Amino acid sequence: MAASTLISLAAELASGRIRVVDLTQTLSPEFPQIALPPEFGQCLPFRVEEISRYDERGPAWYWNNFSCGEHTGTHFDAPIHWVSGRDLPNNATDTIPVQQLVGAACVIDCSREASADADFLLTTDHVRRWETEHGKIPPRAWVLMRTDWSKRTDPVAYQNYDETGQHTPGPAADVVRFLIEERDVVGFGSEAIGTDAGQGHHLRPPYPCHYYMHGAGRYGLQCLTNLDLLPPTGAVIFCAPLKIMNGSGSPIRALALVPA
Amino acid sequence: MVRLDAGPTLVVHLHGGCAPPPGRVRVGARLDKSGQGVLVAFPMDEVSNMADDRQLRDMTCDPKFRKVLVTDGKSEVAQAVVRAVINAGADLVWVGYAEPWKRSSGFAALEALAPVTLVPLDLTDSRSVKQMAAEIGGKVDILINTAEVHRTQGIASRNGVDTARAEMDINYFGLLRLGQEFGPVMRSRGADGQSSATAWVNLLSIYALSNFPAHGTFSASKAAAFSLSQCLRAEMRPSGVRVINVFPGPIDDEWNQTLPPPKLSPAALAKAVVKALADGIEDVYPGDVAEEWLARWQESPKTLERELSV
Repeated sequence: MAASTLISLAAELASGRIRVVDLTQTLSPEFPQIALPPEFGQCLPFRVEEISRYDERGPAWYWNNFSCGEHTGTHFDAPIHWVSGRDLPNNATDTIPVQQLVGAACVIDCSREASADADFLLTTDHVRRWETEHGKIPPRAWVLMRTDWSKRTDPVAYQNYDETGQHTPGPAADVVRFLIEERDVVGFGSEAIGTDAGQGHHLRPPYPCHYYMHGAGRYGLQCLTNLDLLPPTGAVIFCAPLKIMNGSGSPIRALALVPA
Repeated sequence: MVRLDAGPTLVVHLHGGCAPPPGRVRVGARLDKSGQGVLVAFPMDEVSNMADDRQLRDMTCDPKFRKVLVTDGKSEVAQAVVRAVINAGADLVWVGYAEPWKRSSGFAALEALAPVTLVPLDLTDSRSVKQMAAEIGGKVDILINTAEVHRTQGIASRNGVDTARAEMDINYFGLLRLGQEFGPVMRSRGADGQSSATAWVNLLSIYALSNFPAHGTFSASKAAAFSLSQCLRAEMRPSGVRVINVFPGPIDDEWNQTLPPPKLSPAALAKAVVKALADGIEDVYPGDVAEEWLARWQESPKTLERELSV
């Protein structure tokens, strides 16, 4: 059964009846990185330095060195990233069970709300309404919050700072607990620079998505793009982090399989 | 030929405004285009547009009529420098900025100044530096590198190397990246008629001479930058583009909040930069603290090391 499923999957991929959608932002020096207040340590932005380009440094080959943080670009958050998940077993990028890195995605469209209110918070009521239309979120699924935030190609608009700080959409505290405790999700993904809202530090607890998800051994994906190309249900995503020893996260190439 | 009141007769450069012989002149020292010390005879009294004398303009780097790049406009010092070079008559001032999503007080106001054009420039990003050198490098007459990361730590007061690396990445590697991209094109324009490339200013620190342990990693990054600036100076010298190093003591900014006065105001620092350009001076130690520490360092480096460490 399983073998034939895979064989037919391969055939569907080859024929184009199943499409692969790239959910990843390009790693470039211009893509903004998360910025903390200057007294805290900072995540490195993506930087690239040429080693050689068919020149005297290496005549027949082109290659680069790059540098970045574990949380640069489209990336994965492991439970060990947050203090609430620091003592869990298998909580780092090298020990996470890989079975959990491929799974069904439920895409909740909040694009209208986010365009009206940059501080929009996804609530349990919103998810329940989504479920009346698309069915109950199955166990061990990924919940992806579509906001179309990734369409903000200007880094200033993407970061969206003002004198009170950053304004980006995210989940309210109650919905994070609901998704973990009542829907057993494997993780939560967002298009903005964090899984939590830009003003998430004012919620109780601060950064509820990080606090609860990682405290429960669940994962986070952020800086996703192309969520508007996914159906509300029926897509399967691949989001494996690099196998960094004891890593808290990693840039990823997030991919989704969708029916054409 | 000028006979000094002190006796000797010398061959000097003669300012165009000097009265015909046998008149009296003032004799001053300057660096010529090759960086050699020379004597110049000036008219006894100020004449109009003194700095426009062709020979003098060649020896100095007066911002008047020149095009200036200030590499990072987000700091108070940079904003004061921008205003000072505009007041000194600069034609056009490109002001770089990195991480556009981060706000900084005073930066937005620069845009309202007529000679200012804001340009994206991130000294941690080689591609960004290359791009900006390609776009404007052939027009920059004076480059003033104000980009700086300043954190207040020694070795034991903070774990890890991330902030020290950030200091090195801007303060040292940033200068290296600028030097690789803007250096060659400015060198090629060292004798480009009336509006040639003329100066490169590095904002260093008096701590480049001797480590201030409370700001120990910052000092180390400035010492590295100082050393590299000497390399840059040697490489620029044949073209006549002067490298000017500025060594201020503590500046009155937020990263020096916990230091007691006296601290150098950004405006005073900017004034010293413009004066150094106008006089064509290579090394500037603006403010009392810098002057005092320079004197001690010249007298005995060990004494300054000891004093900075208590």
